[in-house]
Amino acid sequence: MIGRALRLPGIVVGLAVLVALVVAAAGAPLLSRHGPTEQALREGLRAPSAAHPFGQDRLGRDVLSRVLHGARVSLWVGTLAVGVSVTIGMLVGSLAGALGGIVDDLVMRLIDILQAFPGILLAIAAAAALGPSLLNVVLALSLIGWVGYARLVRGQILVVREMDYVHAAAALGARPGRIIFRHLLPNVLAPVIVEASFGMAGAIVGEASLSFLGLGTQPPTPSWGSMLNEARNYLLVAPHLAIFPGLAVMVVVLGLNFLGDGLRDLLDPRQ
Amino acid sequence: MKRYLARRLLLLVPVVWGVSTLVFLLIHLIPGDPVEVMLGETALAADKEALRKELRLDLPLGAQYVEFLEGLTTLNLGRSLFTRQPVWDTIRAALPATAQLAVAALAIAVAIALPLGTLAAVKRNTAVDRGAMFLALLGVSTPTFVLAPLLILAFAIGLGVVPVSGRTGPASLVLPALTLGVGMAAILSRMVRSSLLEVLRQDFIVMAFAKGLPRRRVVVRHALRNALIPVLTLLGLQLGGLLSGAIITETIFAWPGLGRLMFQAIQSRDYPLVQGCVLSIALTYVLVNLATDLLYSLVDPRVRHR
Repeated sequence: MIGRALRLPGIVVGLAVLVALVVAAAGAPLLSRHGPTEQALREGLRAPSAAHPFGQDRLGRDVLSRVLHGARVSLWVGTLAVGVSVTIGMLVGSLAGALGGIVDDLVMRLIDILQAFPGILLAIAAAAALGPSLLNVVLALSLIGWVGYARLVRGQILVVREMDYVHAAAALGARPGRIIFRHLLPNVLAPVIVEASFGMAGAIVGEASLSFLGLGTQPPTPSWGSMLNEARNYLLVAPHLAIFPGLAVMVVVLGLNFLGDGLRDLLDPRQ
Repeated sequence: MKRYLARRLLLLVPVVWGVSTLVFLLIHLIPGDPVEVMLGETALAADKEALRKELRLDLPLGAQYVEFLEGLTTLNLGRSLFTRQPVWDTIRAALPATAQLAVAALAIAVAIALPLGTLAAVKRNTAVDRGAMFLALLGVSTPTFVLAPLLILAFAIGLGVVPVSGRTGPASLVLPALTLGVGMAAILSRMVRSSLLEVLRQDFIVMAFAKGLPRRRVVVRHALRNALIPVLTLLGLQLGGLLSGAIITETIFAWPGLGRLMFQAIQSRDYPLVQGCVLSIALTYVLVNLATDLLYSLVDPRVRHR
């Protein structure tokens, strides 16, 4: 399995990007020579130089250091939002799929309602009401995030639950909880893992979007989204302010999408 | 068809009710005293009481809810806290700009995705296919707030051929439409490719080739027309997504539509207006999806009998 995985370019590229993101986030203070909030007002908006490879922002802060520290926010929110969403989604989806009946009906109607809000709209609205903080960003993204996993798991459960070995377990007197956790869930993990890597990309874009709109991290904490928002006013004189955090978002999201595509090739034998 | 239509409309009822309920609850998500959040801590007690009365926050939750739903049936969404205009009037004024942007973005997306996806499918597993699909993945991975500054740098500042922002004529539509359209084109072209590959495997295509029809004719007349049916559904879903994407894009380009209105409402904590915007976007999305499904069932009668 590992050998086959390493021959898929998507997985290799995706893992490389993920490792780079973790290294950037964990090693941010070591990798940058300047603090992310260290100001040098006289050097505001300076272009990239040897001392500041990514240039300096309006307050003379080192953009490289801010991009590296921004990776912490992205990784933190991405991991947490996907973790919460997957947990809730798997729990709700497996209950709906395994129990059926009115539970299933109620869950599906709730999902219909939540999916009537396109894209990130509900997260924006929730974050606007809850007030800006990193925890609220995670809450807002999880509010819509779990739905996709719940649908996926429910659909898989409906297929798996008719398999002979599940009927055999039930005939032997296994309780519903044991059937769900021992027999059903392990068999629906593969598509969930694929979905989670796309979901991580989505959550990172979601956090950046909310921070871009001023609903995420608050100054002076650097986030790629808020950096891009600040950069808007200086596109003409200091394009580097937009280019570097923009590239960071693109590379990370592209890497995670590659990883998702690769994992799908690896784990889904139908394609 | 009539029965299908009736069933679809009936299914709409719980969704619309649920969406309205969530939007109603939004104002109660605000931690602490919502009136204080909207007016600021220094507001006079009399002003706070007046607003509390106006927003019906002095009533019990159940009564507030009933009043909210009653208001909805007459499109009464309350008044903006700042302009004092009725929320619905403000939203209606912003709709044409957003509709124009959405249609332009859609046109750009289709214009890019159709040839790109078709080319990739026809040249399957060649460098052309891989190149096209890499471009598509790149497009999917570039959020609007990253693409927009890059486009502004290249076309507005670098070449100077279009304005940086505002709504001042056809030229000013180019960059915002491109920003929204490119991301959509990326998703669509992947769909066109996979859908076309699916159809190209069918017997009637093999038959058309066996008959000796020219390749181009088979692909365009026989395969593409059938492949576009699932693409249509995605297009409907995407159109609704455009409205959400427009929140950021319209803000960046100062495009005076629904998205920027919502952003401004969030910034000024004008919650009745935020509620109105969220509700309009969600309901538009629901209706567009319904319209797409109906169109789908017209194009492909098999759908109705499922």
